[in-house]
Amino acid sequence: MIRRFSTYLYNHPGVLLALLLGPPLGWMLMIYLGSLAALLFQSFYYLDGFTGQVVREFSFLTYRDLFSAAHMTIVLKTVVMALSVTIGSVLIAFPLAYYSVRYAGKRLKVLLYFAVLLPLWSSYIIRVYAWKLMLAKEGIVSWFFAQLGLSGVLEWLLSMPIVGGASLSVSNFGLFLVFTYIWLPYMILPIQASLERIPHSLLDASGDLGARPLQTFRRIVLPLALPGVVAGSIFTFSLTLGDYIIPSIIGDSTPFIGMAVYSYQGTAGNLPLAAAFTVLPMVMMVFYLLGARKAGAFDAL
Amino acid sequence: MSSPPFLALLISMNPAISFEQVSRHFGTVKAVDEASFQVSDGAFFTMLGPSGSGKTTCLRMIAGFDLPTSGTIRVSGQEVTNLPPYGRDVNTVFQDYALFPHMTVAQNVEYGLMIRKVPKTERQKRVQEMLDLVHLPDVGSRKPNQLSGGQRQRIALARALINRPKILLLDEPLGALDLKLRQQMQIELKAIQQEVGITFVFVTHDQEEAMALSDQIAVFNQGKIEQIGSPHDLYEHPQTAFVANFVGTSNLISDDIAHKLTGERSTFSVRPEKMHILHEQTPIPANHYRLQGVVEDVVYLGIFTRFAVRTSEGLRLQVIDQNREAQDERRGDVVQIIWAKEALNKLAD
Repeated sequence: MIRRFSTYLYNHPGVLLALLLGPPLGWMLMIYLGSLAALLFQSFYYLDGFTGQVVREFSFLTYRDLFSAAHMTIVLKTVVMALSVTIGSVLIAFPLAYYSVRYAGKRLKVLLYFAVLLPLWSSYIIRVYAWKLMLAKEGIVSWFFAQLGLSGVLEWLLSMPIVGGASLSVSNFGLFLVFTYIWLPYMILPIQASLERIPHSLLDASGDLGARPLQTFRRIVLPLALPGVVAGSIFTFSLTLGDYIIPSIIGDSTPFIGMAVYSYQGTAGNLPLAAAFTVLPMVMMVFYLLGARKAGAFDAL
Repeated sequence: MSSPPFLALLISMNPAISFEQVSRHFGTVKAVDEASFQVSDGAFFTMLGPSGSGKTTCLRMIAGFDLPTSGTIRVSGQEVTNLPPYGRDVNTVFQDYALFPHMTVAQNVEYGLMIRKVPKTERQKRVQEMLDLVHLPDVGSRKPNQLSGGQRQRIALARALINRPKILLLDEPLGALDLKLRQQMQIELKAIQQEVGITFVFVTHDQEEAMALSDQIAVFNQGKIEQIGSPHDLYEHPQTAFVANFVGTSNLISDDIAHKLTGERSTFSVRPEKMHILHEQTPIPANHYRLQGVVEDVVYLGIFTRFAVRTSEGLRLQVIDQNREAQDERRGDVVQIIWAKEALNKLAD
């Protein structure tokens, strides 16, 4: 019986493929893309201001609401933060990944790999609260600055208009630090993978053709690592765009996109607006990827 | 054998490359052990040896990818021992070609000139010249991954030659190609070398390839150079047992058998095709050595027949006889093996 069944499958590879691929493909289409489609539809409904009921009719009213000045401030703030976090992550992740790929020995490499992954195995809420304590006015960070006699620097930083605040834990700079800390592994790993894929002979060849190390880095290493940087930035950028927990714990608690989504779909009951807020980052990512492709970020793939 | 350029080389002051007692140790491993040699200007010089014999390390030290533990390396009389790759007038064709995947073929070829800030118009002109030289005039706008292995090979060659280096290094460049393409590329490589007239240093483990291409061959074994010479020298007068069997095959005549034949106590080698098989009773010609033995194996290969013969001293000899009429020696026959006295080559060790 089983033998006949497997012979049948062997002779009809199409049936086998359908059996194997059907369930995951169905999951992907129904649950994954289906919910995205539902989201998109939701965003074109609108909330009736008098009844507080969602009106299931196609309209742009919700998007008009989304593009109001108050909501755009939230979007702008989130995007600027996401960009800063992404840039900060690249600046920290690239040298680390480069060191681990090009210079670290076998054992150190494994050690570094675990060091990068280790934080991901613990609850991120715990780590965010830990940072809140560390960044607090009497926390270890300000204590450390005081020990170095650099309290002035910290105060100067906190006195800056947008970046600063009463203490690091309630400042946008503190929020930036925590975001960067939380998402950093997602930047290191893809960059490391892309650097790993550059054959050493390419670097030899560049030097052989007269390029100094810095030229080789700019013309060979950087372009070839760019897909990794873009992949990492997709993570850091979109994760920052959508996160609502970190900005509600750290920072001055002015809303971010994620927090807006959370409150509109919850207490306010404005599901269409929450959906529209969610569509926005997706559209941004699409444009970002198109732009990256145009800039040649994927030429090396 | 000596041609006019060879005479000119004798007079010229500086060899293209000179190694003086160059060693490269990796921990306790002596990858290259006190190598000394000179490569004359314009020569096709091959470093031949099995893998791990130190030939590639020598090449990498000429290019500057690896620095010697001790010794001196000169290029055209100038010391380059510790210079970085970008400080040397030397270019390399890599085993895996090492073409930059994110650049077009033209950008790859142009790379060295761009780094040296050669003006754009001249760059374009020279790129086209190089693509013509390697017979791929129309592939400039393609990406390396759109080329076949043989085409990539040529582009790698063009990218190195466009810089007009004093020396071109080639690290097993034909290793990844199939046999037919390899033979075709050998011919082209030789033609290109003669056209551009620069010194080629070629690394290979394929002795046939080395013989076909080279003016001079250095045979490497375990980090040491066993012998340097023309293909003819190496084949006719191998100095060591290793060379005698790495460049072609040889029958080694141990010193006590040699003593019986010649009166001299030393190891000798004889090429299998210089030995002949005669019937037991046939009189041997003058000026020939003779051993007696039993045929152990006969392999008929058309152009020639390969015999394995065990001599009465217990030595197993390989004999390759050109095909001739009435070749009727079979397994178990008692035969005589003869060879001309001058075919006996004395080994140094």
